[in-house]
Amino acid sequence: MKDNQMKNTPHLELTQVGIDFPTPKGPFTALQNVNLKIKKGEFISLIGHSGCGKSTVLNIVAGLYQATTGGVILDSKEVNEPGPERAVVFQNHSLLPWLSAYKNVELAVKQTQKGRSKKEIKEWVEHNLELVHMSHAADKLPAEISGGMKQRVGIARALAMEPKVLLMDEPFGALDALTRAHLQDSVMEIHAELGNTVIMITHDVDEAVLLSDRIVMMTNGPEATIGEILPIELERPRNRIALADDPKYNHYRSEVLKFLYEKQRKVESVSEHKAKKVQDKNTKETDVA
Amino acid sequence: MIKQNAIPTIIHQVKGFQWPNIGQLLGAAALPIVGIVVFLGLWSLMAKNIDTSLGQFPGPAAVWEQTTTLVDEHNAQMDKADKFYERQEIRNAARVAKDPSYQPKIRAFTGAPTFFQQIWTSLYTVMVGFIVASLIAIPLGIVCGLSKNAYTAINPLIQLFKPVSPLAWLPLVTMVVSAVYVSSDPMFSKSFITSAVTVALCCLWPTLINTAVGVSSIDKDLLNVSKVLRLNALSHVTTIVLPSSIPAIFTGLRLSLGIGWMVLIAAEMLAQNPGLGKFVWDEFQNGSSESLARIMVAVLTIGLIGFILDRVMLVIQRKVSWDKNAVLR
Ligand SMILES: Nc1ncnc2c1ncn2[C@@H]1O[C@H](COP(=O)(O)OP(=O)(O)OP(=O)(O)O)[C@@H](O)[C@H]1O
Ligand SMILES: [Mg+2]
Repeated sequence: MKDNQMKNTPHLELTQVGIDFPTPKGPFTALQNVNLKIKKGEFISLIGHSGCGKSTVLNIVAGLYQATTGGVILDSKEVNEPGPERAVVFQNHSLLPWLSAYKNVELAVKQTQKGRSKKEIKEWVEHNLELVHMSHAADKLPAEISGGMKQRVGIARALAMEPKVLLMDEPFGALDALTRAHLQDSVMEIHAELGNTVIMITHDVDEAVLLSDRIVMMTNGPEATIGEILPIELERPRNRIALADDPKYNHYRSEVLKFLYEKQRKVESVSEHKAKKVQDKNTKETDVA
Repeated sequence: MIKQNAIPTIIHQVKGFQWPNIGQLLGAAALPIVGIVVFLGLWSLMAKNIDTSLGQFPGPAAVWEQTTTLVDEHNAQMDKADKFYERQEIRNAARVAKDPSYQPKIRAFTGAPTFFQQIWTSLYTVMVGFIVASLIAIPLGIVCGLSKNAYTAINPLIQLFKPVSPLAWLPLVTMVVSAVYVSSDPMFSKSFITSAVTVALCCLWPTLINTAVGVSSIDKDLLNVSKVLRLNALSHVTTIVLPSSIPAIFTGLRLSLGIGWMVLIAAEMLAQNPGLGKFVWDEFQNGSSESLARIMVAVLTIGLIGFILDRVMLVIQRKVSWDKNAVLR
């Protein structure tokens, strides 16, 4: 996993990826011409306004959606179905509610490492729970642990599959700021240790700058594509407190903000918004009549 | 801040658990009792004012009297049966003593079934019909929930047969059973098979429909988890599909059992098959002055058993369901 000799060959490649969703009003082109080359061990963040198609990109890489045009190649093999070598951490954890934290991870281990003995499976499950600091709650059901803990178990489950690529869809979106910071640190630690390739969707500019090697900024949909790519050249390990006053860090931060709020402005003014609402209401009322 | 607020509420909860509010407990027990007492009062008032050709409509007292009579009759019949078998044994022993090559014949006691034997027959029949129906409906429901094509294919049949009163099936079932189920030494009586099949026919639909709906509405994220893990069809069903649809399946099962129990009584009345329904019908035909009270005992028994069956299903659901906190009613 830590072999660096392949670091410079393209590992994951998205070529001319586009997707049409069938809708009652005809096909809706959500993505077009998405091109991205990712090196092994790279940490990529996808950022963009809500509804621009970030999840769609991730789902195409995961194999859960099929691209209409173009395709995804992982280690010179085309991706066309979901599989454990592209593990997904879902936004709302998606642990099986009837299995304990341990059993949730175990299910993934049993499914992906079939050759292992019982003892090896147990050790591997425990190792991965340890990695996300969840050993103490291994026997609890998802309903009995906090949101942050669930997300940790979700990450442990994904890591336990020994994926080539770790895909995370807003993994910390539903968490409070403090828990989020803890988990970001955990993810940085794990990434430093295991060196997985990671694609993470986020809405949080600080999170993107802190964690990523490159930030991929997407334009607004429909027909969304990659607008800009910002390489983050900050020394690792990174420390959020030290970086807060770092001019480079703040420069990256403002670059992303500029892209989102100037180049890809999507915020309606309050009066515009109100006018729209009134209009919606009127059309609804006439519908009823 | 959050912690500080949380601690008092936890203590409060713990206290509430240790010292249950006595007033509330009394209320919980008292209100149903009030309801029952009011019902009994109204019942005896009304009963006094209804005269039928079989005498006055039975009030609670008359019904209670008949309940004890039915128990006595049952005990008497059991005594009779014991004596019958005793005599038979003595007779057989005597004949074997006379002629060692004699193969003793054992005849079953043939007295009329008592009220409690009828209850047992009905219970047994409804359980068999219900279990058979569930064994068909749950797998079929899972298939329908998983595959849109299967559902589209089966749905018209479900919609067509679901509204059919099972009593319309009864003549057909009776004829088919007598034609098909021919055996010199039948393990089950024909009447039992007929009743059980009729029950099964109407127990199928609620379970089938609820299972299909439950399976088709599984959380999409969980389905994605299954895809990413590449679970095969069997482990997909056992680890994802079944646990998520347990609540829906049990809703269907409880509906089915309730309907099956109602239908069985009607089928027994109509087809003169042994069971509680036959007891009611026989009493009606009998037309003695006690008949109405005895029928009333049967009515209350049917209600009570229906209630108990539903509670039993609820207990099983609690046992099987992973979600111990879910509100089950
Ligand atoms: N299955 C689908 N069928 C039709 N349209 C879809 C489907 N999935 C996504 N879309 C559309 O594609 C666009 C992109 O959706 P997507 O979920 O990828 O956005 P997103 O960037 O992840 O947004 P958010 O930040 O809110 O999660 C949206 O306009 C959405 O309506
Ligand atoms: Mg999304």
